[in-house]
Amino acid sequence: MIKYIIKRLLQMLVVLFVVSLVVFIFTNYIGDPISMLLPEDASQEEIQQAIRRLGLDKPIHVQYGIFVKDILSGNFGKSYVFSRPALELIIERIPATLEIVITAMIIAIVLAIPLGVYAGAYPKRRSSKVIMAGSILGISLPSFWVGMMMIYIFSVILGWMPASGRGEAIEVFGMRLSIFSMSGWRHIMLPALTLALGNIAMLLRLTRAGMQENMRQDYVKFARAKGVSPKKVLFGHALKNALIPVVTVFGVRIGQLIAFTTITETIYAWPGMGKLLIDSIYMADRPIIVAYLMLVAVIFVVINFAVDIIYTLIDPRIELR
Amino acid sequence: MGNKLLEVKELRTYFHTFKGVVKAVDGISFSLEEGEILGIVGESGSGKSVTSFSILKLIEEPGVVEAEEILFKGEDLFRKSEKDMMKVRGREISMIFQDPMTSLNPLYTIQQQIEEMLKLHGNFNEGQRKERCIELLRLVGIPNPEDRLKSYPHQFSGGMRQRVIIAIALAANPKLIIADEPTTALDVTIQAQILKLMKELVYNEGASLILITHDLAVVSQMADRIAVMYCGKIVEEGSTDDIIKNTAHPYTKGLLNSIPRLNKNLNRLEQIPGMVPNMFDLPRGCKFAPRCKYSKEKCLVEEPKNIIVGRGHRTACHFPLKEGYILD
Repeated sequence: MIKYIIKRLLQMLVVLFVVSLVVFIFTNYIGDPISMLLPEDASQEEIQQAIRRLGLDKPIHVQYGIFVKDILSGNFGKSYVFSRPALELIIERIPATLEIVITAMIIAIVLAIPLGVYAGAYPKRRSSKVIMAGSILGISLPSFWVGMMMIYIFSVILGWMPASGRGEAIEVFGMRLSIFSMSGWRHIMLPALTLALGNIAMLLRLTRAGMQENMRQDYVKFARAKGVSPKKVLFGHALKNALIPVVTVFGVRIGQLIAFTTITETIYAWPGMGKLLIDSIYMADRPIIVAYLMLVAVIFVVINFAVDIIYTLIDPRIELR
Repeated sequence: MGNKLLEVKELRTYFHTFKGVVKAVDGISFSLEEGEILGIVGESGSGKSVTSFSILKLIEEPGVVEAEEILFKGEDLFRKSEKDMMKVRGREISMIFQDPMTSLNPLYTIQQQIEEMLKLHGNFNEGQRKERCIELLRLVGIPNPEDRLKSYPHQFSGGMRQRVIIAIALAANPKLIIADEPTTALDVTIQAQILKLMKELVYNEGASLILITHDLAVVSQMADRIAVMYCGKIVEEGSTDDIIKNTAHPYTKGLLNSIPRLNKNLNRLEQIPGMVPNMFDLPRGCKFAPRCKYSKEKCLVEEPKNIIVGRGHRTACHFPLKEGYILD
């Protein structure tokens, strides 16, 4: 186990190195931070000064060298726009993103798994067909459209929920979270539902496919012949065997959501990481983009690690190697 | 002996598929006495497995089970609710499946899978359950049962798994065990061991056994009585001795002749010509007529009735190999 963790950490270092190199080089070619930062009528001298100040006059390999050296001392560079450390800016935004992603994924699991089990166990019932038709809709509707419709229906017409922004945040364990306040809840429901919708559909379909396959297996029939109740046959025997692909996709999706909830965060003006990334790309704020993508790489490695551990908890035939 | 444990009357299991209706089991009747071993023999697709699942009402859509009655200890299983059936399954009637590699849930330990049965059908505390698990594993001949409780199915060989399955089937002291081709997936040396074990256990526990197999040789060593099935019907039923020595139905004769024997010097084994008919398009008269060397015109148009050819020995044939009288 310890050997496995060490191996995973080394793997992560390699991944981080590659990501930093690729991202650093390519962001160098997109956008021009100087023209975004300085007013249009800036003099040639001011431009030269800004280039020197940001270190953009040096050749790219020297820039990368400085970048790596700084990282090793814990410095990810300063944002061109905010003139503050890039990592600090990102970390500030993490709680906001985490809370909508986690709320969305909880909604997704709570709805998708039981519906998937039902649709997989009784595929011929009309209600199963309705569920499956609904899931097609959930997969194919783009989140920007769903987001706008939700705002239109629940905020504009019904007036139940606020249309955008984040509710009152309270400091919990050193993080500023809004889910513990009433206004926070009212603000979080629409963006979380928007994020959840596509995931409900996908997890539901995976659960159903796994259930249909496992319901035909002998051990399910054997369990029934033992006198096990239908509910326990479904959830205790068949579902557990159907979970591996669901967990895999769940891991990937939660990583993607944490890293790239850009569209939903933009629609609801949610002050999360995704919105920061979009703004930074727009402003060619390279230090934030690089630090952001490296953080995303770390998040994915950690999630994959967690998924591997969950595999071994579900299936004794899988070992950590 | 002498007390009827199970009485199946006019059992019909039809599968309503897109292509048409498959009459997998078509009006069979048989009975079983306490402590008796009944062998049900037939080719693939003759309806023998469906029969066993029908008794426990484990047939799934598009299958539909109909029966005049399925009396078990005097109670009609056919009219029992699904909830009541859950108390019969495992506790009163348990099953052993064909393929031990797939019958156990790969994600639970052996102990969990035996205990599931004990939790459902008994009042044991945790310690007693563990004791009983060890006792059962020892009973089915698993060495060092204490150490194997926490093992998973994939850590066992096929023969060992089938022993575990037998242990599960015995866990709640059922009155009847239905074994559906219990040794087909095992290699020959293990087959003999498992069969011997089953016969001993059934005898010691005072249970009855329905042994379903396509292997007439296996069944003749095990069973007190044999029912031969062909295309969803019982074509001959009688004591093992009668079936083997006083064979009445040409199909049974054919099966017997195709068993290899060491004491007879034959160059070629006999075989039954032709194939099992398409279940969607069964012959009109006797289902076996197209393959039967004794068949006459009558066989092709009229379905044969049951004929009594001896004490407790009946066959469904127009021209049985033994004299008898028609029963209606």
